[in-house]
Amino acid sequence: MNTQSLALVGFGPDGWGKLLLLAAGLTLAAAVCSFALGSLLGTVGAALKLAPNHALRWIGTFYTTLFRGIPEILVVYLFYFGGSLALTHLMHLAGFPGFFSLPSFVIGVVAIALVSGAYQTEAFRSAYCRLERGQIEAGKACGMSSTVLLRRIIAPQTLRFALPALGNIWQSVLKETALLSIIGLVELLRQSTIASGATRQPLLFYGVAALVYLIMGQTTALGIRAVEKRFSRCWGR
Amino acid sequence: MEPFPQETAPLPGATVIKAVGLTKRYGVLDVLQGIDLEAHEGEVISILGASGSGKSTFLRCLNLLEVPSGGALNILGEDIRFRLKRGEQHIADARQVNRLRSQVGMVFQNFCLWSHRTVLQNVMEGPIHVQGRNRYEVRDEAEKTLARVGMLNRAEYYPSQLSGGQQQRVAIARAIVMRPRVLLFDEPTSALDPELVGEVLKVMRDLASEGRTMLIVTHEMAFARDVSSRIVFLEKGTVRAQGSPQDLFKGGMDESFDRFISHFSRPG
Repeated sequence: MNTQSLALVGFGPDGWGKLLLLAAGLTLAAAVCSFALGSLLGTVGAALKLAPNHALRWIGTFYTTLFRGIPEILVVYLFYFGGSLALTHLMHLAGFPGFFSLPSFVIGVVAIALVSGAYQTEAFRSAYCRLERGQIEAGKACGMSSTVLLRRIIAPQTLRFALPALGNIWQSVLKETALLSIIGLVELLRQSTIASGATRQPLLFYGVAALVYLIMGQTTALGIRAVEKRFSRCWGR
Repeated sequence: MEPFPQETAPLPGATVIKAVGLTKRYGVLDVLQGIDLEAHEGEVISILGASGSGKSTFLRCLNLLEVPSGGALNILGEDIRFRLKRGEQHIADARQVNRLRSQVGMVFQNFCLWSHRTVLQNVMEGPIHVQGRNRYEVRDEAEKTLARVGMLNRAEYYPSQLSGGQQQRVAIARAIVMRPRVLLFDEPTSALDPELVGEVLKVMRDLASEGRTMLIVTHEMAFARDVSSRIVFLEKGTVRAQGSPQDLFKGGMDESFDRFISHFSRPG
């Protein structure tokens, strides 16, 4: 890398460094929000899929089948265009003419959260199935109510068992945020495209973007592995 | 949170468990076909029987881990309330059941310690999160209880780091720290290597000699004969014979029981 390229990605007057950093921040924010919302959806999804009630199980299965079966990019499009159409229609009904759209950050986060929620549903469900029935019975036998049982025994163990799968899902959520570039959100990929267009240095900027994705992914993976290690002491592994 | 009941001086002879005509059916399989049993404070009752006789199912009915299909159950003076739903009996009042369960300790065949918690945390869990007792007071009592079963030096270990015998002793500590009025043991030594059985039976002997009320499903005949005040022998889901160990073990009281114990030739 020569000095000219360094200046381009640096933080000097001609440098794109600050904008790239901001964009990376936006990527990270979108990933965190999507993953967190996805965890919520995943918890609800797993509860539905494990419910004794047939109809509830069906809803859970419908959700996971749908959002694991459609390409992510299509989900993003559906929400982007569908969301704006619905909102515009609603606003017309309320007496506001014109075109309305939701912020692309919100739409993007919701779309990716729905997909990651479907995967998290499976992670939580299979983790729950690994719980030893005896340990749940031991909780009941000492008089735990279902909320105490969930909070003290079921949730911590399920979380521990789901952790490796959740780590993988987090990695893919982080990468999927790149899809938000197609709906106009200036996150890392979009910012790199802009920069490479302006400077005619696509290799440089896409290379930097790739590096930043890798760094964000690997740092968080290290964190997750540390948590995993701490939790697995009690499983003697 | 329910106020924690103080340990009351054992009323000699007070009925703690009363089952009348208890039945349990799985589909077409009648596991329990009407069992009557009354357990009094201070009694040590061993429930014996061949596998498939329903003894574990019966024990599990007593703290409602299995919901009986029919019959009446009275625990610590309270009639358990059931409700019928699509022809099946269900627990009607979960709070009643939880309250009673906290006074009926249970020790499982497979120990069933909570694997994400240390030994000490396993023992402290119930008193703090079920009975709402003070953490510091509970810690003190938990340590004393662990010392009694000889496991205080393993307080910071996780269950997976312990032998089966050690895990079972912790499980017993976890049950008695709740100050239960009855203890149920579901084949507590059946999952143990033979050399580890003794340490668990010793703890149970100590508990029995304290005058605790215990119902024990076991295959340890020598232990049952020495420790029990009463033997209940189940066959095909009914009480085939019961009586003092002296009467039953000398033979000639029940043909079926004699045949059953003849399979256990282990000297004891």
